[in-house]
Amino acid sequence: MCGTCGCHGGPGEGGGPGLAVPHAHPHDHDQVGESPSGAGETITLEQRVLGKNEELADRNRAWLARRSVVAVNLMSSPGAGKTTLLERTVRDLTGRDRPVAVIEGDQETALDAERIRRAGGSVVQVNTGAGCHLDAEMVEGALTALDPDTGSLVLVENVGNLVCPALFDLGERSRVVIISVTEGTDKPLKYPYMFAVADLVIINKVDLLPYVDFDPDQCVAYARSVNPGLRVLTLSATTGEGLDAWYEWLEGRA
Amino acid sequence: MHELSITQSIVDAVCEQAAGRPVRTVLVRVGILTAVVPDSLRFCFDLTTAGTVAEGAQLEIDQPPGTAHCRACEKDFALPDLVLLCPCGSADVAVTSGQELQIVSMRVG
Repeated sequence: MCGTCGCHGGPGEGGGPGLAVPHAHPHDHDQVGESPSGAGETITLEQRVLGKNEELADRNRAWLARRSVVAVNLMSSPGAGKTTLLERTVRDLTGRDRPVAVIEGDQETALDAERIRRAGGSVVQVNTGAGCHLDAEMVEGALTALDPDTGSLVLVENVGNLVCPALFDLGERSRVVIISVTEGTDKPLKYPYMFAVADLVIINKVDLLPYVDFDPDQCVAYARSVNPGLRVLTLSATTGEGLDAWYEWLEGRA
Repeated sequence: MHELSITQSIVDAVCEQAAGRPVRTVLVRVGILTAVVPDSLRFCFDLTTAGTVAEGAQLEIDQPPGTAHCRACEKDFALPDLVLLCPCGSADVAVTSGQELQIVSMRVG
């Protein structure tokens, strides 16, 4: 039916249900996707909502690959120990085979970047302001500023948040979710999207296990219920327990 | 509040395609397994479209349910959340719907 006059005809035809008498057709009936319910044109898009971010992420991935740089995206809720783990990692890995650099994402302040710099790492701070996650465009800018050496490992600390960062591909090689034993055992079920996109889960602060009722086995079972192939490491960034397995895992990303 | 970035992506794409014509409705498909909240999308849509050709446009949201296919028993089943477990007990399942996040169409003019 013609959305303008209500008739069923082609150009020149009239007398449809919208008008009782034959009438002229100054408007075009051949317009693709014309709306049946009124003036206007329906345009089919069928495009991915995050298509632009995914394009930029692919560009980052290609940029990183050209330089043989491996990027790892670290995500967790605030306070799980991302920065402490990064400080320790930078201190322990600096001077080994592979240069390490860090992109720090926070809503505000350069405090974390200063911690990494003091640990000996090259670092770029990204402040997202009101934003609750890093996206591929922010990481593109940070990579340009960081200018990592060929063959580097770039550790990206996402904004502390177990929901939003899960949806945004940054162009990274792997995604790591950190949970600490002072959090709830059931966190993988409460924030399943984050655990579903992860390649590795780190259970941090295991030195505190005697003082809390966190159940690591149950937590791993919950995490694997949304992501059966998930790898898990337990460690303490403070005492150093379990860090060798983390460094081996990082080496395996190369 | 990732819905704000998501809405911004939707409005950017819509305004580009509209090429100056006023946008009346936008249809998006948001599966229930995507961690995107429709009410938040609507709230952000009104904020984000202000001052653009899509100002005042109606946002229609199609929400496909979650479904999965079990590779063990070869059956399809409803998946209300991301816990990947078939009623037969197998965790060897593939999500077949519910993860859509697409701009389907829009009406302009």
